[in-house]
Amino acid sequence: MERNLMKGNEAIAEAALRTGCKCFFGYPITPQTEISAYLSKKMPKEGGVFLQAESEIAAINMVLGASASGVRVMTSSSSPGISLKAEGISYIAGSDLPCVIINVQRGGPGLGGIQPSQADYWQATKAIGHGDFHVLVYAPCSVQEMVDTVTKAFDMADSYRMPVIILADGLLGQMMEPVTFPEKKTELPEKPWATNGHGNKRKHNIINSLYLQPDALENSVKNRFERYEELKANHAQAEAYLYEDADIIVAAYGATARIAKSAVNLARESGIKAGLFRPVTLWPFPVKEINEACKNAHTVLCCEMSMGQMIDDVKLALNCSKPVGFFGRTGGIIPKPSEILEEIKKTGGNA
Amino acid sequence: MTHDIILAGFGGQGILFLGKVLAYSGLIDNKEVSWLPSYGPEMRGGTCNCSVVISDEPVGSPLVIEPAVLIAMNSPSLEKFIGSVRPGGTVICDSTIVDSPVTRQDVNVFYIPATDLETENNLKGGANIILLGKLIKETGIISKETFKKAIEKIVPPSKTQLIENNMKAIQVGMDS
Repeated sequence: MERNLMKGNEAIAEAALRTGCKCFFGYPITPQTEISAYLSKKMPKEGGVFLQAESEIAAINMVLGASASGVRVMTSSSSPGISLKAEGISYIAGSDLPCVIINVQRGGPGLGGIQPSQADYWQATKAIGHGDFHVLVYAPCSVQEMVDTVTKAFDMADSYRMPVIILADGLLGQMMEPVTFPEKKTELPEKPWATNGHGNKRKHNIINSLYLQPDALENSVKNRFERYEELKANHAQAEAYLYEDADIIVAAYGATARIAKSAVNLARESGIKAGLFRPVTLWPFPVKEINEACKNAHTVLCCEMSMGQMIDDVKLALNCSKPVGFFGRTGGIIPKPSEILEEIKKTGGNA
Repeated sequence: MTHDIILAGFGGQGILFLGKVLAYSGLIDNKEVSWLPSYGPEMRGGTCNCSVVISDEPVGSPLVIEPAVLIAMNSPSLEKFIGSVRPGGTVICDSTIVDSPVTRQDVNVFYIPATDLETENNLKGGANIILLGKLIKETGIISKETFKKAIEKIVPPSKTQLIENNMKAIQVGMDS
């Protein structure tokens, strides 16, 4: 298959088209605008609907509407824009609707900066909106993995009828790497629940997130949480590297995991038995996988482009059975492999 | 083998394009490559830079911190990055624009009056490719044949006359 050289943002957009994404609603924001730009050119030509909304809030509510009608739909933004979408995402989750949401993170809080960041981990995995719900969160670490993840995200969103977030960052969005694409999908899953035209051939469907009776609401939430259990059991995903004999495991996701991998290789060159654990799904967090990866390690070092957010899940997953150190840069600064190496040495990676 | 490259200059000098040519060349040679632009406010009128990695291994950090190759097309860029070049590394400057010489003794520096050469040879906007020509000659990171294939891939079908100009520019650089 031919390798193309493409920016992460453009690759996300192309992958969405090939996965049968029919509608895109968004509002521009650095560093993800290339997703919109690419789809504005290509989507109408393929019979889809591209619309630049008047705001992020409008865009996410358009996503709700399109999803309810049964089509594959995506929106994308960067950190401050995702905060604006929060209410809509909660409504989509409460309505059991599938959609794909891309967050190409930048530094925060507030308007923050435009350089790469991973400061939205808590937001994505714990509280992307009000109410008792989760979204499935993927954290790819290369342009190719972004493509593969977009494909998977649409399928998972449809299977579980829930929003899926792809948590990228400015580095992954802006960089170009070789990438290959799957063939365009022609057969998409049936959606018998959709509120679309049916010529009176069936009972009409209702999509709603309002339940005024507490017992009905409790039931709907409980049903959703049963599906979450299935997700946790079957769809948590992770990569572990050089972990079998590792004394110290570096835990990192997304772009930071690439840098951590370089640091692990440097550590190995200097005789330190280091390994890497990279969660691919941030929710559900790969609990079983991290315990397997850390089985022989005496220490874990969590590295993030934030002040330390995933570290909470690392500690919980390991049930505090091992010390977990932290190294992070924030505000848009990308950590250097040499900095992580120093930290590996300090945190007790000396063999 | 991994080549860590930083390209830097003013916005408008074709820094990002130069990076793309290198990245495409790596792709054509079946290498692993990455291309990372600066996308901050510095793009608007100030300095602009781009990290390119060409490697036999999967690329770790796409952000180049200690380049083995630096192409600098203005003085602020040279000042910013010269300290980070690895000992033994290659530095190529546009000496028409860069006014102060490199003081480090442990790197190989080539001064090419690329902007003057561009004017002399009627190759408007070709200074970046002239500098790449010098890089090809001195390091052999990519071959001239690969460069040609890369240019053919990047240049849109409506502008095929640019292929010839780029081939001329690369030769001017190689002969300088």
